[in-house]
Amino acid sequence: MSRRYDSRTTIFSPEGRLYQVEYAMEAISNAGAAIGVLARDGVVLAAEKRVTSKLLAASRSTEKMYKIDGHVAAAVAGIMADANILINTARVAAQGYTLSYQEPMPVEQLVRSLCDTKQGYTQFGGLRPFGVSFIFAGYDSSYGFQLYMSDPSGNYGGWKAGAIGANNQAAQSMLKQDYKDEITREEAVALALKVLSKTMDSTSLSAEKLELAELYVVPESGAVKYEVCSAANLNKLLVKHGITVASSSGADES
Amino acid sequence: MECIFGFVGDGFVILGADTSVVQSIVVQKTTEDKILQLDSHKLMATSGEAGDRVIFSEYIQKNINLYNFRNGIPLSTAAAASFTRNELAVALRKNPYYVNLMLGGFDKGKGPSLYFMDYIATLHQLEKGAVGYGSYFVLSVMDKYFRKGMSVEEGMALADKCIAEIRKRLIASPHSFVLKIVDKDGARDLAWRSLEPAPSAGPPPVINPGEASTSMQVQG
Repeated sequence: MSRRYDSRTTIFSPEGRLYQVEYAMEAISNAGAAIGVLARDGVVLAAEKRVTSKLLAASRSTEKMYKIDGHVAAAVAGIMADANILINTARVAAQGYTLSYQEPMPVEQLVRSLCDTKQGYTQFGGLRPFGVSFIFAGYDSSYGFQLYMSDPSGNYGGWKAGAIGANNQAAQSMLKQDYKDEITREEAVALALKVLSKTMDSTSLSAEKLELAELYVVPESGAVKYEVCSAANLNKLLVKHGITVASSSGADES
Repeated sequence: MECIFGFVGDGFVILGADTSVVQSIVVQKTTEDKILQLDSHKLMATSGEAGDRVIFSEYIQKNINLYNFRNGIPLSTAAAASFTRNELAVALRKNPYYVNLMLGGFDKGKGPSLYFMDYIATLHQLEKGAVGYGSYFVLSVMDKYFRKGMSVEEGMALADKCIAEIRKRLIASPHSFVLKIVDKDGARDLAWRSLEPAPSAGPPPVINPGEASTSMQVQG
């Protein structure tokens, strides 16, 4: 019986649920995790890279983080093929806005335009929802640094810290416990790495399994900068925060 | 003969415009307000084809309102100018509006700014400018008397100098002018400069019913 309401995205079940949308969210909670932390002087994004094969040649330095405009970046959890479409939509929206107004697009507007697209796919016939959640990190002159999360239903919200993907509930509760208002970017990096290391399945962490990026304002020029942490620096950070040990003696968290 | 002008002072922009509506050699009206308030801190003075002027400036005004409602943050003056330019540039190759305009605004943290745009969508940020036949005189007056960081009183004096020069030198010079200001407290009327007392808000004069009926009878 329940099949009747499973197969169509646009139809409510008798209990008032949209199963396809819920399944899409389920798909995401199996995907690699991503974490975002809002700091006083920037935003930090961290994500888990799932290495599928030794033979896989990485085509790019980041596979889960995308710069959308000069002042906005996003971390992805879910089906990458779907994400690529949405990222392209977001980039087009951001450039369209600058074309019209000669100003960077306010972050929330960009997030909302993307979520409008996502929502459309939960309502109009014959289409499946996007199996993607995003964490957006952005900066604009009205509201400063911002962090948003969105899910396949097209819902979005502003957060101080958030997690999507595998184990996101555990990560979220750890963030809730350890997050302090007005933390610095450096502390946010430490927090993000710590939470990821504790919620990821793999025993030992390295730059191969992680991605880290930061968004901040360069003090001298006032320009917004999106910076991806290099593998070498990331390994150093992991050692510095006691998540991995420099020597070959193995991982030691305590 | 139309004339709009504007300049930036210390924390404010003053815009001035004539208030005549002219068709051929006939002055139809001398109380047309050609400076539209776009939002709380933006003014747009327009000149050009009478219908296009009103339609285009109200279209921009409503779109700026819509942006406000949708996004909860106002459009900056620079963004509004850019948006206006885009709308004019797109229309130019389809159904062009014959409108020249000056846009003045005040932004928190950025201060006052003034933009000039002609009917072919050329956008410039200026500290002083003028459009129309009056500009031939007004620009030289401003070249001589404008300086950076003027007070409102000095600005008013400059605006009056401009108006006096138009009245003195321009053939068929406009009957009246309206002056408006925008600063940190918002946009508002500054003054009307008229050859006659300021226009009353009362209803238009009624034709003597007796006379009207007589003329009707004559016509019939």
